[in-house]
Amino acid sequence: MKPRDLGDLAFRNLREALLRNSLTTLGIAVGVASLVAMLSLGVGLQQLAAKRLSQSGLFDSVFVTPRMNLRGMGRAAMPPPSDKEPRLLDEDALQEISRLPNVVEVFPQVRFFTEVRYDGKPFATMVAGLPESSKSSGSFDGMQGSFFSSAGAYETILQSEFAKELNPQTSSLLGKELVLRYAERQSLPQIPADSSASSSPNSESLPGGFSVVPKEMRLHIVGVVDTEPAAGFGGYGNGRLLIPLQVAMTLRAAQVNDLRDIVRGTSSKPTFASLTVRAKGPSYVEALEASIKNMGFGAFSLLDASKSLRIFFSVFDLLLGIFGSLALAVATLGIINTLVMAILERRREIGVLKALGAADRDVKQLFFVEAGVMGFVGGILGAFLGWLIGRALTFGTNLYLHRQNLPGVDISSVPWWLVLGAIAFAIFVSLAAGLYPASRAARLNPVEALRYE
Amino acid sequence: MPDIQVAIHLDHVSRHYTMGEAVIRAVDDVSLDLPSGEFLALLGSSGSGKSTLLNLIAGLDRPTSGAVIAHGQDLSKVSSLELARYRRQTVGMVFQSFNLLPRMTLEENVELPLRLAEVDRSDRAARVRQALERVGLDKRIGHRPSELSGGEQQRAAIARALVNRPGILLADEPTGNLDSATGESILTLLREIQKNPGMTIVMVTHERPLAERFADRLAVMGDGKLLSNGAGR
Repeated sequence: MKPRDLGDLAFRNLREALLRNSLTTLGIAVGVASLVAMLSLGVGLQQLAAKRLSQSGLFDSVFVTPRMNLRGMGRAAMPPPSDKEPRLLDEDALQEISRLPNVVEVFPQVRFFTEVRYDGKPFATMVAGLPESSKSSGSFDGMQGSFFSSAGAYETILQSEFAKELNPQTSSLLGKELVLRYAERQSLPQIPADSSASSSPNSESLPGGFSVVPKEMRLHIVGVVDTEPAAGFGGYGNGRLLIPLQVAMTLRAAQVNDLRDIVRGTSSKPTFASLTVRAKGPSYVEALEASIKNMGFGAFSLLDASKSLRIFFSVFDLLLGIFGSLALAVATLGIINTLVMAILERRREIGVLKALGAADRDVKQLFFVEAGVMGFVGGILGAFLGWLIGRALTFGTNLYLHRQNLPGVDISSVPWWLVLGAIAFAIFVSLAAGLYPASRAARLNPVEALRYE
Repeated sequence: MPDIQVAIHLDHVSRHYTMGEAVIRAVDDVSLDLPSGEFLALLGSSGSGKSTLLNLIAGLDRPTSGAVIAHGQDLSKVSSLELARYRRQTVGMVFQSFNLLPRMTLEENVELPLRLAEVDRSDRAARVRQALERVGLDKRIGHRPSELSGGEQQRAAIARALVNRPGILLADEPTGNLDSATGESILTLLREIQKNPGMTIVMVTHERPLAERFADRLAVMGDGKLLSNGAGR
């Protein structure tokens, strides 16, 4: 029989026992809905986690250090060893890394201890420079006040615990001023070799070192961030007083590595303790990390942690899929039952079809198409129901989060591949369920079937 | 090789069933030749094996032994797919209880064999109308079987059997559910069909007077055996 005729007859048969076939289809729909809802939850949570982690910069960043630095600190086992000579992490290095493919931004870690004066009282704290990109990291969602008005603004965001030290009513700090006292590094001229106390015969000259000058600057408090920002892996995560990175760099505040550089006498130029390199996405991190190591720097990332996360979600999705499939398995029994009932009811009709020339294959295909149609309709309906359940779960979760004064999240996601996959799966399961009834119908003896009353 | 003019050749055909340890010889060593264009009436009491023999000729069943050769094709040796093709193309069947599908209109019922034979949609409507005109039901084309009388339903069943233009028409008690006048009109119609397109007809019946009036030849069966085989009208 031609496919169109097969389809016509199948639809006609399905319409005949409308209630029973509708209920069977609804059973499939509920099964598919359960599967889609579970998987949408898995996908949604995975996307949420991935988005948060991606925004935090933890998984698309490479943390760069001067290789000699780490060796000097007794960490000789930096895997894998590069055949390149160790290099200094200075402005030239920063520019060179910026030019690597798939690099979005490179920023140094600027952190220093300082004394803050607020309301006439001194407070010791750690200052960290905050890159402009951290605004979209998600760490500052729901903060009190606002992010810096510009990259060069003399403004500060306080970590909430530190803000409470200044004033327990943290909201009253917004718009106020505080004074930052810090040590500015001022470079000294190079010292000629002959006037040096050094006995090294190879030295022509030595870096001139630097002097430390106390400085002050006034900063406007524009925000208070509730949680410790996880963002800026190796960057501003531990800062309790956050200022724009551009401002932090212009301060030329003396940092821990300054003394080490002077003692080593490696360069007259200022170097960075570390750089954070952000790639276009987590998939570029591995190659980027290798390139940076090849340039002679130490580099590491949280790529392995990212892989573990992906494995976790794959297992999580699998488990959700298995639980979701249980309802579909029950629906499968419904299909078998419906089609077996249809064989009993249409026994004589099958006999007539065979007497008129239908081959066993035609009868089998007819039952298959009927099962497939139920699977297809049930799949579409189920995917829609599953999406609705996912929306309801998100709505309920957001209602709860709202009551807890937390920002809303989208915990379910129904991507196209899930919709199409669910419909295809429903059709596949329905066809598998129709296998036995279809074979049974095809095997019916036409003489006996025609005698059936 | 059977004669080409012989539409159906039965060669020592037997069909036995086993029920427990008992063997039921529904058809027992029947040999018969039916020339093309002949109207044969198979007579016999209930359980004589006439319907079983008809089912063997129809390709709905296979013989336990012997050969059923229809239009040169040995039905005992062909595959089930070829047997289905034979039922579609070579034979048309009419039943005592009409066996029209109740949820389909007459048009759809008559169209069904054309669907199975994969006839082009464009040709179907004309062929259905032609078949229904042949049996005088072209005005009832959109009606369902339940809206027709028994005679009309049997006419519709005949139209369905003819629509694929088979060479052999098999009728299993076609007048069994009809009153005598309607039964007679159905047999008149079968007789016309036999003459006009030149069709071979095998009719199972237990109404001897009607068979004697309309059939060319009468074959009487009893206990699965062919008891007599003689001229009709």
